[in-house]
Amino acid sequence: MTGVSGLVAKVVDSYQRDKDMLIQILLDLQSGFGWLPKQVLDEVSKHLGVPITRVYQIATFYKAFSLAPKGKHLIRVCMGTACQVRGSALIRDRMEQLLGIKVGEITSDMKFSLETVNCLGCCAMGPMAEIDGIAHGPLTISKVEEILKKYE
Amino acid sequence: MEEMIALEIDGKEVKAKEGMTILEAARGANIEIPTLCYHEKLKPYGACRICSVEAERGGRVRIVAACGYPVEGGLLVRTRSPKIDRIRKVIIELVAPLAMSDGGISGELRRLADEYGADIHRFESRLQVEPTRCILCGLCVRYCDEVMGGHAIGFMGRGIERRVVFFPERASRFCPTCHECYEVCPTGKIAAETDGSIFPKFSIDDFLSGKM
Amino acid sequence: MPRLNSPTELEKLREEIKARRPPRPCISISSGTCGRARGSEAVITAFEEEIKKRGLKEEIDIKVTGCLGFCEKEPIILVHPDEICYLNAKPEDAAEIIQGIKDKKVVSRLLYTDPVTGEKIEHESEIPFYKRQLRIVLSLNKWIDPRNIEDYIIQGGYSALSKALFEMSSEQVLEEVKEANLRGRGGGGFPAGRKWKETKNAPGEPKYVIVNCDEGDPGAYMDRSLMEGNPHSVLEGLIIGAYAIGAHEGFIYVRQEYPLACENLNWAIKQAEEYGFLGENILGSGFNFRVKVHRGAGAFVSGESSALMSAVEGKAGEPRFKYIHTAVSGVKGRPSNLNNVETWATVPLIINKGADWFRSIGTEGSKGTKIFSLVGKVNNTGLVEVPMGMTLRQVIYDIGGGILKGKKFKAVQTGGPSGGVIPEQYLDTPVDFDELTKLGSMMGSGGMVVMDEDTCMVDVARYFVNFLCEESCGKCIPCREGLRLLRVILNDVCQGKGKEGDIEVIEEVAEVMAAASLCALGTTAANPVLSTLRYFRDEYEAHIKEKRCPAKFCKDLTSFYIQPEKCQACLICLRNCPAGAINGDKGLVHWIAQEKCSKCGICFEVCPPRFSAVVKLSGEPIPEPPPPGTKVIRKKEG
Repeated sequence: MTGVSGLVAKVVDSYQRDKDMLIQILLDLQSGFGWLPKQVLDEVSKHLGVPITRVYQIATFYKAFSLAPKGKHLIRVCMGTACQVRGSALIRDRMEQLLGIKVGEITSDMKFSLETVNCLGCCAMGPMAEIDGIAHGPLTISKVEEILKKYE
Repeated sequence: MEEMIALEIDGKEVKAKEGMTILEAARGANIEIPTLCYHEKLKPYGACRICSVEAERGGRVRIVAACGYPVEGGLLVRTRSPKIDRIRKVIIELVAPLAMSDGGISGELRRLADEYGADIHRFESRLQVEPTRCILCGLCVRYCDEVMGGHAIGFMGRGIERRVVFFPERASRFCPTCHECYEVCPTGKIAAETDGSIFPKFSIDDFLSGKM
Repeated sequence: MPRLNSPTELEKLREEIKARRPPRPCISISSGTCGRARGSEAVITAFEEEIKKRGLKEEIDIKVTGCLGFCEKEPIILVHPDEICYLNAKPEDAAEIIQGIKDKKVVSRLLYTDPVTGEKIEHESEIPFYKRQLRIVLSLNKWIDPRNIEDYIIQGGYSALSKALFEMSSEQVLEEVKEANLRGRGGGGFPAGRKWKETKNAPGEPKYVIVNCDEGDPGAYMDRSLMEGNPHSVLEGLIIGAYAIGAHEGFIYVRQEYPLACENLNWAIKQAEEYGFLGENILGSGFNFRVKVHRGAGAFVSGESSALMSAVEGKAGEPRFKYIHTAVSGVKGRPSNLNNVETWATVPLIINKGADWFRSIGTEGSKGTKIFSLVGKVNNTGLVEVPMGMTLRQVIYDIGGGILKGKKFKAVQTGGPSGGVIPEQYLDTPVDFDELTKLGSMMGSGGMVVMDEDTCMVDVARYFVNFLCEESCGKCIPCREGLRLLRVILNDVCQGKGKEGDIEVIEEVAEVMAAASLCALGTTAANPVLSTLRYFRDEYEAHIKEKRCPAKFCKDLTSFYIQPEKCQACLICLRNCPAGAINGDKGLVHWIAQEKCSKCGICFEVCPPRFSAVVKLSGEPIPEPPPPGTKVIRKKEG
């Protein structure tokens, strides 16, 4: 068994090959690999015994899964209502402007991926963004550049 | 002796078996209710909502999908009404831009557009949607899964990014001797865009690279 | 830790824990997700080090708790037993606070200050934000470390479960919850007891009980706080419910965006199993119950009960027909009872204190309390738990402290993407399921977003439609295509491209969505639009007919202008403008080259308030820039 095949088998087996746990399996693999390469999805279909169509359907239905590699630093701008009311759209626009990419894209040097998320649950601190899992807020348009500079 | 349930559809008394849906009961009594995503061999799906009817019980009226609503004794069903007709008309108008090919629509959609006075071009310019000729009814996907066991086509994505996508590896094995999905597709897209085995314009790689 | 095998053993353990914990000062530091985002971890480390340095480990305890609700003041320190409350704690405050405990003195500068009187308030319960709340479900958050089951036990935890299993039959438990008239706290407001009964009576085994922690309404985070801060309260409620219904398996669906809640829940489950509250022969009662955690994967729609059940089966979270209730046919076609986190957490209280007690709180149709996330343009943002029946005005002004920066209240949005806006004239409406629905909104899961004069109501509708367009599963035509069209129209309106007849199209499509969509996401998707149209139609008409945004928010309809007579040429806006659109110099009035302006709003943000030279214009012609070399008109300062 190749490395990838072995790793996938290990995760699938940890859930007793229970088909109901397909989403949990993919979450673990997404976390481990940072994204879901084609080979991983094929191996899941094989080891778990579910059609490849179903594996891809799950991988493309849910936002947590990425079928393409992500940037070194993952930025998630919260677009929840409370943040929206406090100007999160302007924060997102500023990020796009500074990074030269649109939401959902990755900078050409692979340093940053920019995403939006519909509510991180820190509504009192809006507008908020999470970078590499660390929450930043309340943000102002002027603060954005300063914060991005901290990430190399 | 199976228990029969008595309900009324468009003023006509209809007897149906327990567990039947309004649609099945209506068809059994030769009462027409239009559908786009329904097929007798498949589990009811509830995607097109064209089969929406008024169902009244104990003075309370609900709009329900006939293909999925189980018959109840004493139910009063109306398959046509100003509200139902409005619903069907707008559904056609909303989905028409997707279904277009060569500037028009065909088959059952065309027939329904005419019957309900839908303006198929009403939202076209506002929506600026790429006419994929696929209304996402899921008949092909479900037929391949439930009846043929081929699992060669699937739904990918979510919301307005939802697409029907073929998987060449499986399609090349199952499709050459099947072709059942050609028949069930209401817009004729599959028959028009395939060469029988690999499906050039809507394979998983096309979807992932953003071409769809 | 050997498993507890009887109520007597549980009570003995409770006494034993109390005996093991001598009464001494305890510092609790709030460290939920929001606390951590504000640096609580560094504060905790600072306190631990300070205590170690002073050799006080045997004299002062530290407890890391979950969220305490007063979110903008996090990290919050509570010194027990007097409940001295210190706000916005920083690592450097540790030394002073600990010294204060030793000297029995209070650190005044860290206390809550009344914004009007300047009075300092020492005790948590006297702070206006907390004083007017009725925290019964959230009450234990400040006393417990969610990763220590013994904190929960010492507070009386699992006594309701013990009572249910040994003093009541499953029917009696169900009747108690039914009598209490507990309505679902997740949005639907459906009577929980009725759902439990339907599940219990439905034929078929196994039966399942499910916790819905897929809290997706943007702006709502009550469930996060409960699950992070007191996961045992949810577990206890779930086990009691399982007993009442006759279920031996449960699922807890936690959204992926809540990793700390998931972690703390997993800790709680592990410890509950160790102590004998989960698994085989719970507390020696003969009742078995196991629970599995399912993480969500980023889909708002999977919070819809039938979609959630699909996800629990490892399928795409798409809703299904619900003509046959999920209570009868749910996960894998089996009877399944799904309730929200807050609903489950309320159950132990009802069992311990009785249905009569629960019914003594709230209104005729809405009993008990409700937790709201009070957010947006309000002074005191955070989680508030109030009795049903308190008015919106009381929540927003008495607890929330009124509108941020003294601006004018415009509307409060409740019910998330399925809800609507409630304008000023209805501020005295009591918080109640049916009252809010009558106004065209709904209680929803508890999001309460306060909006002021600077909020554009058309943008609010656009925002929610955009959100739902991304979150719609896409299965049914009315929702998928209806939202697609509404999004285009609302974007057009906000960009000044709205047309005559747009409002009528919106209303026509909304009718079809409400009547014919497959699930509640679709049937309620048009509520924000319809609600804002109902109360703020004039804003829509201004956008469409006059290309004007009354709130001066919509970028395409708003311009920024520097008033020459106010500008003091401080150069701040000029230096900060990212587009290089501002011209001027020292002593020379600044002006914006409109064609270069990216409408980012930085100039408006940074112009010193004492000058307030930058204004927003909408629907009116922008004055020409001042002639070159125009000098500043100096204002006398002071």
